Amino acid sequence: MLRLLSFALFLATWWIAALFVGGAKLPSPPAVLQVMIAEASTGALFLHLGATLARVALAFVLAMSLGSAIGYLMGRVKLADRLGDPWLILLLNLPALVVIVLAYIWAGLTEAAAIAAIAINKLPTAIVTLREGTRALDRSLDEMASVFAMPRWRAFRHVVLPQLAPYIAASARSGLSLVWKIVLVAELLGRPNGVGFEIGVAFQLFDTPRLLAYSLTFAAVVLVIETLLVQPFEARATRWRPRAA
Amino acid sequence: MRLEVEITGKTFKSAAGGTHEVLAPVRFTLQSGEVGVLIGPSGCGKSTLLRIILGLDHEFQGRIIRPPEARIGMVFQEPRLLPWRSVEQNVRLAAPDVTDKKLAELFRILELEAHRSHFPGELSLGLARRVALARAFAVEPDLLVLDEPLASLDDALAGRLRDEIATLVARRPVMTLLVTHSLDDAVRLGDRLFFLSPRPAHILAEVPIGIPREARDDAAIAAIKAGLARQAQGEQGAERSGRDVS
Repeated sequence: MLRLLSFALFLATWWIAALFVGGAKLPSPPAVLQVMIAEASTGALFLHLGATLARVALAFVLAMSLGSAIGYLMGRVKLADRLGDPWLILLLNLPALVVIVLAYIWAGLTEAAAIAAIAINKLPTAIVTLREGTRALDRSLDEMASVFAMPRWRAFRHVVLPQLAPYIAASARSGLSLVWKIVLVAELLGRPNGVGFEIGVAFQLFDTPRLLAYSLTFAAVVLVIETLLVQPFEARATRWRPRAA
Repeated sequence: MRLEVEITGKTFKSAAGGTHEVLAPVRFTLQSGEVGVLIGPSGCGKSTLLRIILGLDHEFQGRIIRPPEARIGMVFQEPRLLPWRSVEQNVRLAAPDVTDKKLAELFRILELEAHRSHFPGELSLGLARRVALARAFAVEPDLLVLDEPLASLDDALAGRLRDEIATLVARRPVMTLLVTHSLDDAVRLGDRLFFLSPRPAHILAEVPIGIPREARDDAAIAAIKAGLARQAQGEQGAERSGRDVS
């Protein structure tokens, strides 16, 4: 209910601002909705949305799984941490644009180059979050698992993973927003479809309604993913915690 | 089955760079069906000794001989339950082979039936301790290690849990090692008492208790305790013992 109210307030602010600024710079909500419907009816909206979503999904899964594994290793093994740390700092401070441009130069304007570049941008933050989570693991529970001779996989699944779950959820949440922002840049620079490509076209035509139609639709999709996937995962992972009053 | 502890020494380096001797030579053996009790002042190195016996600490001089196939059941000082798993899952994860019947019986003895599906965060310390006991017994251990399982519980509850431990130990032959600083618990549960010195710990005296556990009534226990107190007084001139006769 509160969320709905907050959303209504956002729409109202937008509408009032549009009245002041004028339709060319900031179109009103109905004008944007009209473009959305028009693009949807030709199927173009779904095509571009689908292409971007597929890239987000692939890059996200790649970065999260690789980043979690490396982060866990660096949190557990001191040598890995020492060896990996300089690389990590380098990757963390490498601007997204540089990675994308280099990937396109080295691997051509291909799908693989785009997805790899996006994944590389998300990778270091996933590593850092999971490394922190691994460092915070409760040693006394590891000892318990070892004394009771729990097989490795069972100990990982029931002792380690539940402790990492909040870190994975945090990393997924920040990762989703990061990846989808970078995806657009990669599409703008070197892909023939996707929301980023459409925004590039809209920019060249100074077509603000189109620009907003695409970006807001995609933001809505991300919101749905967050509500339907990330939040339930978080709720499940923390259901054992006594609820705060 | 038998446990042989032959530690010749254990030191550790402190953050300041000094080396501290934690354990002096400690030697004892424990047979199947026997309850050994380690009694000593707090901070004397009992926990270190246990960690070495359990195989959690490998940096010591000497050796521990225990059959490699020996299953270990452990009750840590703090319950060490998985907060994100229910009471029943906590037990089953440590003891995957436990039968429903056996589990129901353990929960009945320890009065945990009503808490099967609760999470550890919803339990009092006394209940959590009982879950830890259930977990240790559910694995049907060959070596049962209890690290002050009754500390910081009120007398009535501690007494009941002690009786429950005695019942469970009597069921099957198991090497049991109990760490406590309560002479009362030691005399009621133990077959052999090992009195430890202050740090660096070594065994000051080994006292067997001849009367079988079931036959020890309050009068017998008072007599054993009085005997131990006399013995301690007699030794006091020879060696300033740090033993805690509480």
